[in-house]
Amino acid sequence: MQGVRPAASKAASPGLWRSIVKDKYLYMLALPGLLYFLIFKYLPMWGILIAFQDYSPFLGMGKSEWVGLEHFQRFFSNPDFFMLFRNTMGISLMNLFLFFPLPIVLSLLLNEVRSELYKRTVQSIIYLPHFLSWVIIASLSFMLLSRADGVINQLLAAFGFERVDFLTNPDGFWLLLTIQSIWKEAGWGTIVFLAAMAGVNPQLYEAARMDGANRLRQMWHITLPAIRNVIVILLILRLGDIMEVGFEQVFLMYNGAVSEVGEVFDTYVYRVGVQQGEFSYSTAVGLFKSLVGLALVLLANSLAKRFGEEGVY
Amino acid sequence: MPSKRLGDRGFQMANAAVLGLLSIVTAFPLYYVFVVSFTDPIEYLQKPLVLFPERWSLASYSYLLSTPAFPKALGVSAFLATVGTACSLIVTSALAFTLSRRRMRGRRLIQLCILFTILFGPGIIPNYLLIKELSLINSIWSVILVSLTSGWYVILMRGFYDGIPEELDEAAAIDGCNDIASFFRIILPLSLPALAAFGLFFAVSFWNQYFNALLYLNDSDKWPIQVLLQNMLIDASSSSLGEVDPLMKPPPSETLKMAAVVIAIAPIVAVYPFLQKHFAKGAMVGSIKG
Repeated sequence: MQGVRPAASKAASPGLWRSIVKDKYLYMLALPGLLYFLIFKYLPMWGILIAFQDYSPFLGMGKSEWVGLEHFQRFFSNPDFFMLFRNTMGISLMNLFLFFPLPIVLSLLLNEVRSELYKRTVQSIIYLPHFLSWVIIASLSFMLLSRADGVINQLLAAFGFERVDFLTNPDGFWLLLTIQSIWKEAGWGTIVFLAAMAGVNPQLYEAARMDGANRLRQMWHITLPAIRNVIVILLILRLGDIMEVGFEQVFLMYNGAVSEVGEVFDTYVYRVGVQQGEFSYSTAVGLFKSLVGLALVLLANSLAKRFGEEGVY
Repeated sequence: MPSKRLGDRGFQMANAAVLGLLSIVTAFPLYYVFVVSFTDPIEYLQKPLVLFPERWSLASYSYLLSTPAFPKALGVSAFLATVGTACSLIVTSALAFTLSRRRMRGRRLIQLCILFTILFGPGIIPNYLLIKELSLINSIWSVILVSLTSGWYVILMRGFYDGIPEELDEAAAIDGCNDIASFFRIILPLSLPALAAFGLFFAVSFWNQYFNALLYLNDSDKWPIQVLLQNMLIDASSSSLGEVDPLMKPPPSETLKMAAVVIAIAPIVAVYPFLQKHFAKGAMVGSIKG
């Protein structure tokens, strides 16, 4: 041991610079990636400062006037604030209640399929929409649901029913988004649960069969408890992401008729900031959203750690 | 016992039926779009619902491909998907590899900084202003550069490189390779399965690029396929395809739209079988999150 210690302290003593010179090629490999994070992730963080300015593109950040929290006050006293909060939470909660349980149910069903071929065929089909862009999903929705020439309305008309306003009905807009999310992601969501189920000891099922448990009881008493940890962790994480409603999805499905229920933080920032050029105000809105999101994720993570042994970060 | 076996049988069949129905519901929109895109325009106009066309036709496809805008947009997206993916893979794997090496000083701090970018973003406007400052507005490189990599990918890939022992680097060093040479000659060939999985994910995400292109590319000549589709299908602006040969009679806009959707989905469906081999594993790594 005595022979080792001086060597160890010697290895620790060279300064950072010395070790960078020694392993310079290793650091050169890291350089492009590090530059990426520096330029495209950290540099914009300086831009947050314009939320506290009256930023003018002509004057630049250096010369624009500082106004403190004025934009935040304007936002919080604006009725838009309540609307955005309600819509964001509403869409998120719809997802939580209607979407979240589905992958669990779906994977329970898939887990019971005996024919490997049938199972894989079903999986191939229900995973596919995950890889399609929101532009495609929105386009498909329009083709199926539009009032004038959507397939479903064509059929309703052909059978003598009234045509339905699926796309411009503010009462159904959140549900429409949720159904889209389900179609796109519910199948993909089963992967995690199926993997957890694959880890269940088959002897447990055998023992349960000996005790006379039928399929449903086996599901309830063996499969579900086996994936409970995964469910809890994913649920908590989902709660941390509650400020995140897919920008592209909402933006693409948005139209004048549903503006009251379809505007969320991100689409608002885009419309007011990029389209109307109110850079400072919309940066303040974006910053508010990011900060609340960060707090929620950190809170959710500490909760997840309390439940699961591993935690997330 | 027999009654229980019968109950089991019934359960199996009901289960298979429910899953079959779900698969049909999932597949129907795609099937319908595919079929209508190949349907003879006149037949389409006559029927309320075409489930299997009597007369097939390529009219919509040949019309689309004869427009100036559509092939151009396909080219832009193909460029994004190939060049973007290659750049992403090299940058991501190189950074992830170095972060997995214990002799890399400061790697914990770097990882913490990378993790922070996942949790907090400055928002749309500061990003937009940065691209403007860099004079990258209207440059296709802006779309590649902003989504070159992400904290998740770096951290996931680092997990993969953790499994490659550092003794391998030492052996390469003894053989006279510096780290860059040994990365390209030894480490990258060893990580082919990971490169395939991540490469396919990158390629799909570049092919699907919409929002960044919308933000940074105002010039319609540089639009990728997703932005053109949005203009054509959702905004229904007829001019988005550009001037077409006046002698060519356009097919009904519906079959045209469906053909456009089919072309935009085709590359995804083409790589899907390869994707499938890898994605369950990829998604699992993602679910554990670092």
